[in-house]
Amino acid sequence: MLSFSLRRILSAVLVLFAISIAVFLIFFATPGVDPAARIAGRSASPATLAHVRAAFGLNRPIFIRYLLMMDHLFIKRDLTSYVNVGLKVVPQVLKAAPITLALVSGAAVIWLVVGIFGGIIAAANRGKFIDPLVMFIGIAAVSVPAYWLGEVVNLITQSRLHSSLFSWVPSGGYTPFTQNPWQWALHLLFPWLTLAALYAGIYARVLRAELVNAMNEDYVRTARAKGLSERRILIRHALRCSLVSIVSLFGLDFGALIGGAALLTEVVFGLQGVGMLTYTALQNLDLPVIMACVLYGSFFVVLANAVVDILYAFLDPRVRVA
Amino acid sequence: MPDSPILSVQDLQVTFATRQGPLRAVDGLSFDVAPKEVVGIVGESGSGKSVSMYSVLGLVRDANVQINGSVKFQGREILGLSDQEMQPIRGGEIGMIFQDPMTALTPVYTVGWQIAEQLRAHSGMTKQQARERAIELLGEVGIPDPRKRVDRYPHEFSGGMRQRVVIAMALSCNPKLLIADEPTTALDVTTQAQILDLMLKLQDSYNSSIVIITHDMGVIAEMAHKVVVMYAGRPAEIGPEIDVVRNPRHPYTWGLLGAVPRVESRNDRLTTIPGNAVSPLDIPEGCAFADRCEYRMDICTKRPQLKGTNSHLDACWLSDEQRLTIRSKAVR
Amino acid sequence: MGALGVLIFIVLICLCAPLYAHYWAHVNPFSSNISGRIFINGHWRSVIQSNSTGYGESPIGPTWHINNYFLGADSQGRDVFARLLYGGRDSLLIGTASALICVFFATISGLAAGYFGGVIDWIVSRMLDITWAFPVYLLAISLSVILVTAGFSVGPIHVQAGSLLLPIIIIALIYVPYVARPLRGIVMTLKEREFIQAAIGSGASDWRILRKEILPNVAPSIIVFFPLMVAFNMLTESALSFLGVGVQPPNASWGTIINDGLELLYTRPWVAMAPGLMIVITAGALNLLGDGFRDAFDPKAKLRGSI
Repeated sequence: MLSFSLRRILSAVLVLFAISIAVFLIFFATPGVDPAARIAGRSASPATLAHVRAAFGLNRPIFIRYLLMMDHLFIKRDLTSYVNVGLKVVPQVLKAAPITLALVSGAAVIWLVVGIFGGIIAAANRGKFIDPLVMFIGIAAVSVPAYWLGEVVNLITQSRLHSSLFSWVPSGGYTPFTQNPWQWALHLLFPWLTLAALYAGIYARVLRAELVNAMNEDYVRTARAKGLSERRILIRHALRCSLVSIVSLFGLDFGALIGGAALLTEVVFGLQGVGMLTYTALQNLDLPVIMACVLYGSFFVVLANAVVDILYAFLDPRVRVA
Repeated sequence: MPDSPILSVQDLQVTFATRQGPLRAVDGLSFDVAPKEVVGIVGESGSGKSVSMYSVLGLVRDANVQINGSVKFQGREILGLSDQEMQPIRGGEIGMIFQDPMTALTPVYTVGWQIAEQLRAHSGMTKQQARERAIELLGEVGIPDPRKRVDRYPHEFSGGMRQRVVIAMALSCNPKLLIADEPTTALDVTTQAQILDLMLKLQDSYNSSIVIITHDMGVIAEMAHKVVVMYAGRPAEIGPEIDVVRNPRHPYTWGLLGAVPRVESRNDRLTTIPGNAVSPLDIPEGCAFADRCEYRMDICTKRPQLKGTNSHLDACWLSDEQRLTIRSKAVR
Repeated sequence: MGALGVLIFIVLICLCAPLYAHYWAHVNPFSSNISGRIFINGHWRSVIQSNSTGYGESPIGPTWHINNYFLGADSQGRDVFARLLYGGRDSLLIGTASALICVFFATISGLAAGYFGGVIDWIVSRMLDITWAFPVYLLAISLSVILVTAGFSVGPIHVQAGSLLLPIIIIALIYVPYVARPLRGIVMTLKEREFIQAAIGSGASDWRILRKEILPNVAPSIIVFFPLMVAFNMLTESALSFLGVGVQPPNASWGTIINDGLELLYTRPWVAMAPGLMIVITAGALNLLGDGFRDAFDPKAKLRGSI
């Protein structure tokens, strides 16, 4: 188990290394454009350009450039935005991270509960009308663009029904948990629901498919022949075995969302998370910030991948020996 | 009635509605199982032998299935009971052993947990008691070092050892009846013999009846007191083991027995039954075996009824004289 | 079946937009029409009107007249309904074209990795792993930021900035691992099957085996994946366009129209609502179609977990 975890972490570090190279290449070695102009932003003065060239060693060999970049990012942590002059990038990311974390964790709780519940209900009622109904809602949920759903929610809660039904909904933004937990939850409630809708749909569909497969397995027949209740067979046997794939899916999605995939929800609801940071940087073409955000995001995805694999081994005893 | 049967199956019919029309998996199966009796159901794959026994326990989960007839367990009708009503019977009164021990156990729980789960479902045992009993049971089915093995996962056992676990589980609640669905088919030859020995030994100490489903006449000869030969969902021949094996009456049984390699036989070549098993979707009106039968007659387009003397019944139009001639020719 | 009907209907009305849209809109849906006036219900009305508060101005709302600003105007005074139809062309084009390219590359890499194994498998799998490890949207965004605004030129290939090709290629590439990974798995199990082993044993060339034996057997899965990928890609395109790094003006897609409508959300919600509804309906129909294909062709096909 320990050696398995170690091997997994080592490979994660290797993948991260490869990703940092890939990101570096995307931003600094795409043919056609002068990277100094990109870093310095639009309409930068020749002095700034010269400064950028020196700081990132743009006239030196490519691997030196790579090392310099990593040095700015991880060791000196002094990568600076040239668009918003003087803004240090790394602290910005670290400041935005808790907001993203709060958004994604809350949504994750909702979508896990709703998705797993929906999947179980659908699988347990196969052949009755409730199964296709749940699946149809699931399809609808996965077909809605999250940012658009956020706009619909805003339209209803902030404008159309704001004076009546939803007068209690705060007008966007974020209140830190430490400041006022109630307001924190209130501000995040609709972003949570919006973000959770898509994933709840996916998870309900995935889990239903897994459960239906599992209920045809021999071990379910054995469990039934043992005289267990249908509920116990579904929950303790079929669900327990299907959970393995749900957990691996969850790890990947959670990692990706923490890593910035929640950016659309953040933008729509005005939450100053990592996604919003990326978005603002995009609007200004602020390359150092975008790059830092992408690397930050990849870090969480790779981390999540590794955690998932290790969790997998805990959940499925067959993997442990392999 | 000196020995009222433990299990009495009367005119069991199992039909699946399919896109190609109704599929008769079991058609008119009747037999009794007396206390402590071992009944063997034999037939090729697809002959409806497994389906019939799954129907008895209500384990056929297809939404398009129609089950008719009567199944009485200790005098009580159990066909058509709800899952909830069946729960105390399944595992408690009737234990079941499955063909493939590799997939029959839930992979994510230890074997001890799975045995204890069944014990706790049928008795008021505490976790600790159930665990102790599981260890005892593992010992009884011949698993070495059961105290250590009880916390192992199914994938850490070999096929034979897993089948022992399944047997331990099936026996855990002292069932009156044990249904074994091809319990040795998935195992290698040496293990097969061990498992059969184990089942006989346990049957003795647990006083349970056994219904064993197999396609192997050798298993029948070793275990069964009574044999039901099935073809295409219909019983072809029923009788005491000694009669059916020594004095088989139905041409299909002849074929099955011929298909068993015998050491004392002078014939080096294995006789086989010509043709393939009939598709359950188009079973002929008359005798289902007619198409593959060497001794087919005109009358075989009509369905023969089970008939015979004493307890040895068969469904074939051949007269006793015809059979005698055929069999005397066969013995060269 | 219903899903297929809806889909065909949407594709038809969008594809044929150039044939009839100007009869409805009377204006070019791509150029601004701020001072335009339309005749509606017996009155001449400006497309952009001053607000009743006296501050600022807002475009006309839905008239519900099919041939006259059916869904109202956007802040440039353009007919939203006409833009919706033209935008649908681009959305559908990008979704379909990128799905085709994606499935093409995924099939090649999945087949090569699964069939040849060894070094090829190692290289392809590592490349897929790395692409997989990127947060999808961030990868798309970084590529788009670099490419969409500046264009792209390698040797003889020169793609102009703002070209529709860029989002197509970017979206196609980022989803390759999603399709290639399951295909690789399918091919690896196929390769162990008797008929493939027999073909290998009989000395058939790799190319022939891939073409004649493997491809027909992975085709059902590809057919199942395709509509799902189109839906996936359309949603991604709309998100990128919404962020301003997808389709570039003067082209429109449903995503860019939602973006246009963002500032008008509380006053003229239809500008943003209508294209969103179109996306939901189209993607929903595609997903239902995928489900139908799965039931018909390959009940075991799995894309990303089990979808």
